[in-house]
Amino acid sequence: MPETVTLSVSRYRPEREAEPVFQDYEVPFRKDWVVLDALNYVKDRLDGTLSFRWSCRMGVCGSCGMMVNGQPKLTCSAFLADQPPGPIRVEPLRFFPVIRDLVVDLTDFLRKLKKVTPWIVREREQPLSEGEYRQTPEQLDAYKPFSMCINCMLCYAACPIYGLEPSFVGPAALALAQRYNLDSRDQGARERRERLTEPGGIWECTFVGECSEACPKNVDPAGAIQQYKVSSALAWVRMLLPRGGR
Amino acid sequence: MSMSHTPYHPRWHRERISVWWWLGSARYARFVLRELTSVFVAFFALVTLAELRALGRGPEAHARFLELLSRPWMVGLNALALAFVAFHTVTWFNLAPRAMPVRVGGRRLPDALVAGANYAAWLFVSAAIAFFLLRR
Repeated sequence: MPETVTLSVSRYRPEREAEPVFQDYEVPFRKDWVVLDALNYVKDRLDGTLSFRWSCRMGVCGSCGMMVNGQPKLTCSAFLADQPPGPIRVEPLRFFPVIRDLVVDLTDFLRKLKKVTPWIVREREQPLSEGEYRQTPEQLDAYKPFSMCINCMLCYAACPIYGLEPSFVGPAALALAQRYNLDSRDQGARERRERLTEPGGIWECTFVGECSEACPKNVDPAGAIQQYKVSSALAWVRMLLPRGGR
Repeated sequence: MSMSHTPYHPRWHRERISVWWWLGSARYARFVLRELTSVFVAFFALVTLAELRALGRGPEAHARFLELLSRPWMVGLNALALAFVAFHTVTWFNLAPRAMPVRVGGRRLPDALVAGANYAAWLFVSAAIAFFLLRR
């Protein structure tokens, strides 16, 4: 087993460089180390100026997403030993504007997230005296897989449509919209549909499917968006039918 | 590209996407290939429409059309189109369970069953067409 491995890290310091450049660091190769451990080693021992985001170190917080050898990964779960031999290339998440080094700007994603109203929308709130909104295990199963999203944005970095069409609401936000559409307590599906069938919404998706490959939580955003397309197409057909057929 | 959504950072870097982005990975290339198969689906549709028009113009026009179809380059083109359309069909059938999960009694049917039903329907329709074309 080699004793060290080279990390080829993308550096962008707007006060110094017009374009990102790669900087190499030699870090110890340990089989229990993930890319994030190696980056923290660089930050602590070799170069304190390197900037990157991280928090939980265990695939829950969704802060440490980066491109590892060209693939969108949570660096806290990408083991050094699982990478092909040779230098490991670490870059900021693709398709997002880079603020500094490995730190990308999230504003666009957060704005889109808000657009899908990712919370339970009620036409009328039930008074507290009526108790909680109850759900059967089947009703929970209907949306649960889509609720596992940690907003790490790996799916955006995997989606060429998001790269090519910046107005696209994108995989995670649309999967989350579908998560609330499928929730038996929610009544906001029609309102969401009106917003998400506009340009930039579900119909921008061409089912590349890479978002679901990249997802560390098995959310399957691609499946969610296709199901959303089917249900909104059916809603449109129902709208054309005479009143009795609805 | 609009940058109005990031008013807080005076300078940041945004990578330009090459028109050859899809050559960067085998999976992206396969996706673009799948999208291109729609051209061949359209080709088959046009051939069918042209044949209907020839039929409408009488037996002679139809015979001329069949003669055109039997030329080697046309046979080659049709074979190529058939390969692409088969690829189109298989990829979409395999994706169908994810777009339309079928629930029976609260349980999601296995993906293989949903895709299998599509293949079975394909086989059945093909067999029915073959039966009508080949019976004497």
